[in-house]
Amino acid sequence: MKKVALAVTLFIGALLLYAAKDFSAWGDLQSPASASPVSKHFIADTGVDTEVPNMVTAVLADYRGFDTMFETVVIFIAGIAIIAILRCTGADADSPALERESDVATEPDLIVTNTVRLLIPVIQLFAFYVLAHGHVSPGGGFQGGVIMGASFILVALAWDLPKAMERLSVDRAVMLAGVGILIYAGIGLLSMLLGGEFLDYAELSHVLPVSPEMARYHAMLGVEIGVAFTVTAVMFAIYANLSTRGRLAGGL
Amino acid sequence: MTGLALFNLFILVFMVVAAVISLRLKDLLTASVVFGIYSFLMCLLWAEMGAVDVAFTEAAVGAGVSAVFLVATVFNVKRKSSD
Repeated sequence: MKKVALAVTLFIGALLLYAAKDFSAWGDLQSPASASPVSKHFIADTGVDTEVPNMVTAVLADYRGFDTMFETVVIFIAGIAIIAILRCTGADADSPALERESDVATEPDLIVTNTVRLLIPVIQLFAFYVLAHGHVSPGGGFQGGVIMGASFILVALAWDLPKAMERLSVDRAVMLAGVGILIYAGIGLLSMLLGGEFLDYAELSHVLPVSPEMARYHAMLGVEIGVAFTVTAVMFAIYANLSTRGRLAGGL
Repeated sequence: MTGLALFNLFILVFMVVAAVISLRLKDLLTASVVFGIYSFLMCLLWAEMGAVDVAFTEAAVGAGVSAVFLVATVFNVKRKSSD
């Protein structure tokens, strides 16, 4: 069986390598992606349409906002699925062979906890910076949310899970994940109520004291905040369930 | 060969090495850490090609959180791989 798998893998690998030489060279201006009028439009007009210097964020959160909204929903569903599977199967599969030493309550290490105490504020501040600067510099809701979620995971690693769950319980995390999607969809619905299409942020200039271009700029920050809520909550909820087989007690 | 091309070659070779090692290792904890190295090298490659947003996501999600998820899972299953 292993030999068959190896042969199949080698064959497909060779096929992929053979196909890869048809790709245009990196940075080739004549390649279909660079030559298409859509790319030219984005490069020329993103700054004019939305005042956002970071083209990647403008494409993600504005031009392809619908796509990004459902990417966030995918993360939410993935988190819910992991929690559901672990809650159903993990909790009653406690065979004695898998009992771990770490289940015995131990004192958290002094050096580790004090280092983490110093690190957490810096990590969380950086997460907010990445989130708030998402449309000016690289970053945005996904990255900021992951960094924020990692800070809660760090608390759970240094102390134990209950200590982290005092700050963000898993039930609340799941709720926050839903709130994030509601923020995103709410901004989309609001622009619909104001007479535009779904996620047409320019319409928000009717309620915000700014130009339509700046309305798109600020709405992008709004949807990024929604994404960050979902990603933070889902990352922590996945870790909490994975590290304890869905029992949500004890540490790693 | 310029310095940049050498750098790319270095990263690509080490990526292949890290990928093969993480598949071959019997100890799943070590394999997870090597997989984190693979993600980090991928992140360096994205950054070098100018895709900073993608590199940032790869660093945060690939090398950071997913490595933690893998380690968290390894602590709850048998540490030795059976194949």
